[in-house]
Amino acid sequence: MTDTEKVVSILNDLTGEDLGGKLDENIFANGLLDSMATVQLLLDLEDQFDVDVPVSEFDRNEWDTPNKIVAKVAALK
Amino acid sequence: MPVINLQPYSSPRYFLILLLGLLPIMIGLYHGKRFRVYETIFSLVFLVLTFGGDHWQQGVALIIYIAYQFILTLAYVHYRKTRNQTGVFVGAVLLAILPLTVVKFTPFLAGGKITLGFLGISYLTFKTVQVVMEVRDGTIKDFDWKLYLHFLLFFPTISSGPIDRYRRFKKDYETIPDRSAYLEDLEKAVHYLFLGFFYKFILGYLFGTLWLPSLQHWALMQRHAFGGLGLSWALLGYMYDYSMYLFFDFAGYSLFAIAISYFMGIKTPPNFNKPFAAGNIKEFWNRWHMTLSFWFRDFIFMRFTFWFMKKRWIKNRIRISQIAYLVNFLIMGFWHGLTWYYIVYGLFHACAIIINDIWLRYKKKHQAQIPSNKFTKGFSVFLTFNVVCFSFLIFSGILDKLWFM
Repeated sequence: MTDTEKVVSILNDLTGEDLGGKLDENIFANGLLDSMATVQLLLDLEDQFDVDVPVSEFDRNEWDTPNKIVAKVAALK
Repeated sequence: MPVINLQPYSSPRYFLILLLGLLPIMIGLYHGKRFRVYETIFSLVFLVLTFGGDHWQQGVALIIYIAYQFILTLAYVHYRKTRNQTGVFVGAVLLAILPLTVVKFTPFLAGGKITLGFLGISYLTFKTVQVVMEVRDGTIKDFDWKLYLHFLLFFPTISSGPIDRYRRFKKDYETIPDRSAYLEDLEKAVHYLFLGFFYKFILGYLFGTLWLPSLQHWALMQRHAFGGLGLSWALLGYMYDYSMYLFFDFAGYSLFAIAISYFMGIKTPPNFNKPFAAGNIKEFWNRWHMTLSFWFRDFIFMRFTFWFMKKRWIKNRIRISQIAYLVNFLIMGFWHGLTWYYIVYGLFHACAIIINDIWLRYKKKHQAQIPSNKFTKGFSVFLTFNVVCFSFLIFSGILDKLWFM
């Protein structure tokens, strides 16, 4: 699985929607992801990519689309 | 010598002096320069105007507070360079909260006779705790003590927020906007300033100064109504009037602070975004006193749930979020002050948001059966508005006067 596929699969589980074709969709603006799901997202990313994502690293504007999350994970690796 | 003291954003004289003092900064920024020395002196003058004169005790308290937080933060930054123990981190956070805790508890213990502290201490504490937490996380790496002092003592927001973040402030402070961007900032600043005048000095005056006292008087006259609970039409009127007053007064004040920041090329984040148009309580907290609720979200709610989920102390995620909401809003209640009505206000919002979450989960599961149209949307806004106004009735403290005085 590529990084993008992994991120999309995590997000699909959390939102209950298929984001495979919507890599630039804002996942906060449309209410798909709340604070609780966000925390779960950080934990899943830590598990699957073996990166450390502290909560204060998390600025919503920098993490608001699947593509941005993939880029962030790549930068943290 | 006459005693000079000017409370922030309270009189035409304050705004006049402020705008005169801002002129050199504005001319500088227009020409792509930040006159840092002038800006520092200008800020100090306004701090002296706020915390000097007959408010000199507050000035002394502010200096001691800043020195204390400064030493604490420097010590923690120094420690964090080589080590990172959780116990030390927790200790540093507790020490950062300690002055506020003492200030909040003293009047309570001394029967309201002694007040320590100064205007804005509760807002400054958000900034200091936030920096300690981000130093721990490693997101603040190059700690600049001069910038830290500027950040804490940034006078437009010192008394009542909006609560900025260190890294965001740093980005604005270190960059100088180009001319067209700065002109846009100025346009916004003027707009915010006049909207603030309209909110605070016209609508806030109407709801707060003209109508609120008589509504309160009528409501208190009927304290024996409804089996001694004092529920009356006047109390209902008070509830709506107080809610409007609270919003326009505070939103107006926030707009002043944001406007003055924009004049100085600092984009202080917004505090209100049409809160009464919210369709549920969760959305309300994304629109009301936003810098406070986002601070709680990022530094309490998310950290709490993160730890609980990581350590797997409780398996059920829904339960974790409910406990986190209770902790979150209870702390917010205590932060407002040590009175039963602030704490009940916090608990009320915790319960409201928990019920809201249960409903949202139910709605998601039964999407097909539940109608969604402009009537249901209108009803949800109406319901949210009334729940919120009722919470402000608790917050206002009138029930304390009605029932216990």
